Amino acid sequence: MSSRPLLQVRGVTRRYGPRVGCREVSFELWPGEVLGVVGESGSGKTTLLKCLSAQLVPDAGAIVYDTRDDGPRDIFALSEPRRRLLARTDWGIVHQHPVEGLRMGVSAGANVGERLMAVGARHYGRIRGQALDWLGRVEIPRDRIDDLPRTFSGGMLQRLQIARNLVSRPRLVFMDEPTGSLDVSVQARLLDLLRGLVAELGLSVIVVTHDLAVARLLAHRLMVMRGGAVVEHGLTDQVLDDPQHPYTQLLVASILHP
Amino acid sequence: MDGYNFAYLDEQTKRMIRRALLKAVAIPGYQVPFASREMPLPYGWGTGGIQVTASIIGADDVLKVIDQGADDTTNAVSIRRFFARTAGVRTTERTAEATIVQTRHRIPEAPLRDDQIIVYQVPMPEPLRWLEARETETRKMHALAEYGVMHVKLYEDVARHGRIATAYDYPVMVSGRYLMRPSPIPKFDNPKMDRSPMLQLFGAGREKRIYAVPPYTTVRSLDFEDHPFDIQRWDQRCALCDAGDSFLDEVIVDDRGGRIFVCSDSD
Repeated sequence: MSSRPLLQVRGVTRRYGPRVGCREVSFELWPGEVLGVVGESGSGKTTLLKCLSAQLVPDAGAIVYDTRDDGPRDIFALSEPRRRLLARTDWGIVHQHPVEGLRMGVSAGANVGERLMAVGARHYGRIRGQALDWLGRVEIPRDRIDDLPRTFSGGMLQRLQIARNLVSRPRLVFMDEPTGSLDVSVQARLLDLLRGLVAELGLSVIVVTHDLAVARLLAHRLMVMRGGAVVEHGLTDQVLDDPQHPYTQLLVASILHP
Repeated sequence: MDGYNFAYLDEQTKRMIRRALLKAVAIPGYQVPFASREMPLPYGWGTGGIQVTASIIGADDVLKVIDQGADDTTNAVSIRRFFARTAGVRTTERTAEATIVQTRHRIPEAPLRDDQIIVYQVPMPEPLRWLEARETETRKMHALAEYGVMHVKLYEDVARHGRIATAYDYPVMVSGRYLMRPSPIPKFDNPKMDRSPMLQLFGAGREKRIYAVPPYTTVRSLDFEDHPFDIQRWDQRCALCDAGDSFLDEVIVDDRGGRIFVCSDSD
């Protein structure tokens, strides 16, 4: 295991005109670690995730990623082609709504194979073989490989989106409310699957969620955000069982226990 | 013709189009934006090709116009007559006699020489449009040569049909750099573009783009290692001229389902 963090975030700030998206966020993410970002709607979680995954340019601060070839680099100091390549190969982005992360007009197999073709795979048989393998790993029946995503259920779509991202063997995966649009039993299965894959592949994950149960199951560490700033930061169990900040206390206390 | 400039377009417009053409030839396969003019025919009938032809034609040129390989269809006849009237140039139906060939959907069967120019009418110049609707994004993909996703389309073909079923407008790489749509020519004609001595100019009037393939430039059709590019073949010969090496059209000849295969190139 590497002796330096995979991602170092220092003072990341993003404003929308006079409004603040996120303010002075700093943390480190180590290889194999799952970091949960929780907070209510509008607390800046998604803005932070978009900055980290280079979909938005922050107004201030630095995001340093430990690249495979040249070690730690500020992602916004990289040339655009390299940054796009990084996002396509070494990173994965799982959107809340699978429609944003999938190509709905092409088959499941083509969705999974796209990243392979984007980095130069030109052998149809091998691309298909890998697509089949990944469909199996996310528990999608192999005979659905040539079906269009729109014939899939919500849970299958989300699993397909995960397979499409993991096929390029990323080291860092960003997830924005990965279980947000699923019903509870499907959520549970997806969380099981995610936990298994994260452990098996040694992935580092930043998962944004407003669901504390998801955070407890997946995340090793938690960051609690409010009004764009991080108000509390610590080990998941510690934050959830012994919240220190009044807002975290409120958040934990508002969970319904059926 | 009185009241009109030579070849219909005014000289300023021709200069503007020639500048775009020079840039297009200098960067093979790159789509150069140009200020496309209204022409006296509807979009989709060859407004791009006709503007390119009008900008390069001279009084000594001999023009041939084909539509789906034929010289005698409405579109070909009217464009040929348009230039005969506005520029007073000689027209021909013989490929070998022409100095400029304006075409829709075919490249003539007779190989073109280095003193001949072929002008393609292009309906949709952007090869990446089917997967990316934003022009800013497709331009960025061209700039960074991010063309891997184009194979997603070919993958879909093989997955559904067991082979690459795209039969026309088959995507090509020009000079190893720019991905290009060759206009809706059958893929049968793609090999004719590769390292050809002719100058190839493409005009898209509605989309306002001009691009070019200079003589002797490599034009490679995309494919998979285990599904290589292949052209159409027929187990028939032309019923009219007995040619065995040309692109054949299927023609229904009576009401009882009788059919013959004939050369699409009427020359």
